[in-house]
Amino acid sequence: MSKNENLSTPGTSKAVKTILTLVMSFISVVYVMPVLAVLINSFKLNTFVKTETFALPNAESFAGFANFIKGMTFGNYPFFKSVLYSVVITLLSTFLILLFTSMAAWYIDRRNSLICRIVYYLCVFSMVVPFQMVMYPLSKTADKLSLNTPWTIPIVYLGFGAGLAIFMFVGFVKSIPLEIEEAAGIDGCGPVRTFFSVVMPMMSPTMISVGILEIMWVWNDYLLPYLVLDINEYRTIPIHIQYLKGSYGTVDLGATMALILLSIIPVIVFYLACQKHIIKGVAAGAVKG
Amino acid sequence: MKKKKMSGGANALSKPLGRWGWFFLGPVFAAFCIGFVWPFLQGIYLSFCEFKLISNAKFTGFDNYIAAFTDATFLRSFWYTAIFAIVSLVLINVLAFLVAYVLTQGIKGSNLFRTVFFMPNLIGGIVLGYIWSMIFDGVLSRYDTSILQESGWGFWGLIILLCWQQVGYMMIIYIAGLQAVPEDMLEAARIDGARGDQTLFRVIIPNVMPSITICTFLSLTNGFKLFDQNLALTAGLPFIIQPDGSAIKTTEMMALNIYQTFYSQGSTSPGIAQAKAVIFFLLVAGLGLAQLSITRKKEVQQ
Repeated sequence: MSKNENLSTPGTSKAVKTILTLVMSFISVVYVMPVLAVLINSFKLNTFVKTETFALPNAESFAGFANFIKGMTFGNYPFFKSVLYSVVITLLSTFLILLFTSMAAWYIDRRNSLICRIVYYLCVFSMVVPFQMVMYPLSKTADKLSLNTPWTIPIVYLGFGAGLAIFMFVGFVKSIPLEIEEAAGIDGCGPVRTFFSVVMPMMSPTMISVGILEIMWVWNDYLLPYLVLDINEYRTIPIHIQYLKGSYGTVDLGATMALILLSIIPVIVFYLACQKHIIKGVAAGAVKG
Repeated sequence: MKKKKMSGGANALSKPLGRWGWFFLGPVFAAFCIGFVWPFLQGIYLSFCEFKLISNAKFTGFDNYIAAFTDATFLRSFWYTAIFAIVSLVLINVLAFLVAYVLTQGIKGSNLFRTVFFMPNLIGGIVLGYIWSMIFDGVLSRYDTSILQESGWGFWGLIILLCWQQVGYMMIIYIAGLQAVPEDMLEAARIDGARGDQTLFRVIIPNVMPSITICTFLSLTNGFKLFDQNLALTAGLPFIIQPDGSAIKTTEMMALNIYQTFYSQGSTSPGIAQAKAVIFFLLVAGLGLAQLSITRKKEVQQ
């Protein structure tokens, strides 16, 4: 298949292209408006967020950084704690998933025993099962096995998220020629060394794709940690934000927007920094799925 | 998309690997059993039981399923979800394809536009719901209403939110598909004097069918499984009070309905909720597979 960046037919003249650029620019500006709205409203006093949502803060409505300071202890739970737990859970889960599913995927493909095939097809199957199907028994089981802390919940993520990761890794392992591993074997490498010093380095492009998909999933996930974690002790960012909305009447919209801004800034920085990998990872994940 | 066979069992690695199963497969196997297999099986079992606590579950046959199918809120949420999923599927895919098509015409700033359109995808559903409820209320408060008061706004609000979030994602897949259209086919169409629309419908669209398959599959199942955004934007409000005194939430989708049946105050039996969850699973899996097999048939071999 030949790749071509440019599908333009002779009909797409220069003038048309310029118009398209202008139209797209306009749509892009509209597209970032919601994020800009969060930005401007995070500096407004509470009462003005609803009445002057789309106006820039003026002398009357400007709240300065008061919203941010107030937001820190909002909802009777320190915001930085939920940031910390979100980071811990996301990093640990992604690490566990990458390490263990890549090992399992290699073993599944190269060993190809009956158990391997059963596990593989179960993984593929698990991808079409909605979370609602397992959430009740899963939260009870996790409670019983004390997987309800930020340090142990990654095991639940490893279990529930194994499907897509195994599927993508197996797809990649199939494309690695056996000869390299056989040569490593002849040179005296056992399976463990063969995997960690020969196979794993070759898997890094898929590692990045899978890693990004898992980070996006775990970081934004709400229901699983909400049901599994002990909520009075541990909250992630989505849980924290949902809790603000739960407390009716007393919601300070300005401070809430400040928190939302703080929670999407790292996401946008992460996106701009690894944009290429993210887009590639998403395309790869979708094509495999 | 074709399945390759696994590298056969008779390779030189298969044997020495045999003793290492516990090491390579063990951790994932254990976690997979805890996180998926056991809850899944237990979920099926519990859907046939009446219980308050799992430890004293009593087998009651199909009672829960009968209760689920006669629950007006569940049936309503089914139709609501189905209509929502179809509308969002059509809108998201048409918009995403249009944008992808324009961005592969070699116009200036394509990369920047792509970056912008994809960005909302990284923001989680709860936060998205919160952002948009602020925006909708900012607009609707001028007309003395709110997204929580009119179910029409709740529906279209959620559609707008979901389009904003997912058009960029589908666009990425369509761009990949469009870039893989063979240049010689386009060249041939050009030489044969095909008009723009002929090239689009006869050459380009048949060639991007694999992308269309994936995108329609994803948007259909995403639409059905939608939860976070639904919860954060309207949480099912506003209510309608039925003649018999029960309340129906007008913008409640299936996933949220199941969740409410499990966990809301006054919820009587998690068994019924679990039966609903099993029905939901069968529906999503069945629809997804049916959709895949229908669009797969339309893909052209290259």
